[in-house]
Amino acid sequence: MDTAEIIVTVVGLALAGFVVWYFFFSARQTASAVSSSSGVQEVDITVKGGYSPDVIEVERGKPVQLSFYRDEENSCSEEILFPDFSIRRDLPAFKTTLVELLPEQAGRFEFTCGMGMLRGSLVVK
Amino acid sequence: MEPATKTETLDIEGMTCASCAASVEKSLTRTPGVQRVVVNFATEKATVDYVPAQATPATLKDAVVKAGYGVLERAPGTSAAERSAEIDRQKALAYQKLKRRFGVAVVLAVIIMPLSMLMLWPALMERVNMPILNYVLLALTLPVLFYSGREFFSSAWNSFKHRAANMDTLIAVGTGAAFLYSLAATVVPDWFMRRGLMPEVYYDTTATIIALILLGKVLELRAKTQTSAAMKALMGLQAKTARVVRPDGQEVDVPIEQVQLDDIIVVRPGEKVATDGVIAEGHSAVDEAMLTGESLPVEKKEGDPVFGATLNKTGSFRFRVTKVGADTMLSQIVKLVEDAQGSRAPIQRLADKVSAIFVPTVIVIAILTFVLWFDLAPLEARLPLALVNFVAVLIIACPCALGLATPTAIMVSTGKGAEHGVLIRNAEALEKAYQVDTVLLDKTGTITRGEPAVTDFVPAGRQDAAQLLQIVAAVERQSEHPLAEAVVRYADAQNAPQLPATGFRAVEGKGAAATVAGQAVLIGNRRLLTEEGVSLSAELTAQAEQLLNQAKTVLYVAVAGQAVGLIGVADTVRETSAAAIKQLQALGLEVVMMTGDNPQTAAQVAGQMGITRYFAEVLPSGKAGKVKELQAEGRTVAMVGDGINDAPALAQADIGLAMGGGTDVAMEAAGITLMRSDLQGVVTAIELSRQTIRTIKQNLFFAFIYNTLGIPIAAGLLYPFFGILLSPMLAAGAMALSSVSVLTNSLRLRGFSPVKN
Repeated sequence: MDTAEIIVTVVGLALAGFVVWYFFFSARQTASAVSSSSGVQEVDITVKGGYSPDVIEVERGKPVQLSFYRDEENSCSEEILFPDFSIRRDLPAFKTTLVELLPEQAGRFEFTCGMGMLRGSLVVK
Repeated sequence: MEPATKTETLDIEGMTCASCAASVEKSLTRTPGVQRVVVNFATEKATVDYVPAQATPATLKDAVVKAGYGVLERAPGTSAAERSAEIDRQKALAYQKLKRRFGVAVVLAVIIMPLSMLMLWPALMERVNMPILNYVLLALTLPVLFYSGREFFSSAWNSFKHRAANMDTLIAVGTGAAFLYSLAATVVPDWFMRRGLMPEVYYDTTATIIALILLGKVLELRAKTQTSAAMKALMGLQAKTARVVRPDGQEVDVPIEQVQLDDIIVVRPGEKVATDGVIAEGHSAVDEAMLTGESLPVEKKEGDPVFGATLNKTGSFRFRVTKVGADTMLSQIVKLVEDAQGSRAPIQRLADKVSAIFVPTVIVIAILTFVLWFDLAPLEARLPLALVNFVAVLIIACPCALGLATPTAIMVSTGKGAEHGVLIRNAEALEKAYQVDTVLLDKTGTITRGEPAVTDFVPAGRQDAAQLLQIVAAVERQSEHPLAEAVVRYADAQNAPQLPATGFRAVEGKGAAATVAGQAVLIGNRRLLTEEGVSLSAELTAQAEQLLNQAKTVLYVAVAGQAVGLIGVADTVRETSAAAIKQLQALGLEVVMMTGDNPQTAAQVAGQMGITRYFAEVLPSGKAGKVKELQAEGRTVAMVGDGINDAPALAQADIGLAMGGGTDVAMEAAGITLMRSDLQGVVTAIELSRQTIRTIKQNLFFAFIYNTLGIPIAAGLLYPFFGILLSPMLAAGAMALSSVSVLTNSLRLRGFSPVKN
């Protein structure tokens, strides 16, 4: 094994380790819902290559209003899906789209883009 | 002169009941300058006529807020319809842009390709200055990368910031690596030569990959718009205007949004019915195929319900509006289909789990491929080989095929179902219907019509049948009993002339009496005649016995104290039932019948229908128990009911099918609602579910096999044995085709058509 091979091997393995850590194990951005005067829990979410925030905490039994602002034209994010709530919405680019739902059970519910690449979760407490 | 008024429509928020509407209306009416207020609770809109000098939209809004409600601020043009128009516009624009980007990539790739292959002709190569050629190729590749392929990079970067990775990440890393290597070889070729490497460039690879992936995207986008075509067609059925009759008798065309409950609407032949209501005047035949899948027009008369979006054929009529906006049948259907399209099938779970970790995993595999090739390949070729295989792995992997496999098939099939009057609640219902091996039919209302009809009309001795029927019908016309209605329908069908009846009297639980043409007429059960002291002849008694043995209800008729005839009434079998049951059996399903009838009648109907297994004398409360009984035998049961008192059984079954539009309760409990009242819909639902799940399985199989074979081959697994390496350009072609093939396979479902008798 020459020096170049050693360097490539070490850097390659380190990079692979970084990819695994970065995508699977690093901490995520979490946001709790703000309740409005009418008792609706409101959260603003920006869609650009992902959802920020991508973990949303809400309380059980109170209506939730999520405002998705899609800040890009990339087709990956053109749909939003809440499979547990049977919701599929088109998100027009550079517009805000409201998604309203009523979480009746506690738990962690995923939401994704149309193809399941971009992910976020709704944590109901 | 009255001052000119303006009209404002407000979207009211927070109205939960009709009294809320009243308080909004009151508050608005009290506002200075307001002349007329109509608050529509169903559409959550208030229409206000006001004098602009005294009121403004802002003061109107204050009045609503003061009443404790909100006014939805909508930017102009954000109603649901306009929003979807906006989405369509954006999609069309995105498609145009994509095609342009694809066009540029193709043109440049076509130039870059042959230029990169000059080395194949050594004679030519001698005359060309290599470094200069490389700079030319670089200049040609830049627009491909930064114009055509820009979105891959920006999307990959945005995702990366979110600790997410998608297909664009793979393409960006793959083409980016090939490009950077080539750039280095172009700018500092000496560095490569000093290390004994040929300064090779991969501009052709970069450009071709981008062109091919964009081709895939163009095809994909075009196919994807077709998956929701049925849904779009359904939404487009909504009428835009309605011809409302004002109290003064004037007919005015108004936009559909302004139609209110209890408005009277005129429909002329060939026109669309604007919204749901009940016919107040006139009669016609209405084509309801768009809602129910029923191809024959349905006769409608006064008192019959009509539905928005159906087509009036022959006559003209007026109807009173009973539902508007989101409450109409069409809106409910659209909502149901939309919900179904947003649901996820259990079959997809594995694919979901895989796609969640797919892209990072592929990146790790690509890095390891690079390391292994670099370490194991011969010294002089190790860097190019490591690079080419690294890029090939990234490019061939296709998470899209996995992601598209299930939802596209569900989208097409739920839309297709709605077209045929089969409303599927969610993807899970579709999957359950596929697994069904036993169909349990609740006899009344499914196999039979669920309403009595006259089957036998038996005049005694020398009685004139036609004359007797006139007399009987005259009495029964006065009655509201379902059996009486059956007799009247029968008389009308025979075109019996109408006679007047006087002194009508209903005898509860026994029948009715009246005077027709000066004669006292009695119609009812045996007890009525006995109590009135009318005796039956032996002949009539024998005939009645015979009818009773056939499980028919018998009505006895007496005129002037003499028994003169019998009427046999029974629930009749639908014409289509036997054929549909045969088809279900041909699909390999066991058909079981359940009924409240006695065993003899049950056996007779079952025999007539070709059903071998049945449950007789089942009480309404025992229906769910019978479903459990079948499930305990290890069967997957589909329960078919008409929605009346069988909601628990529908819910207990693995999949419930509610028939005839169904009651709301039944639709809640049922996984599938059949808009048309006949068993043919059950066949359609099961066939559709089978084709859909088959398609999904093919798609998933293909997507998994494609990736599990493609990635190792691209990594060079075959090289040690067969010397086969996959060019990144071929990988790009395969990747573009894979997601398109999955989509195309799903679109095949558009050709679904139910088997006809």
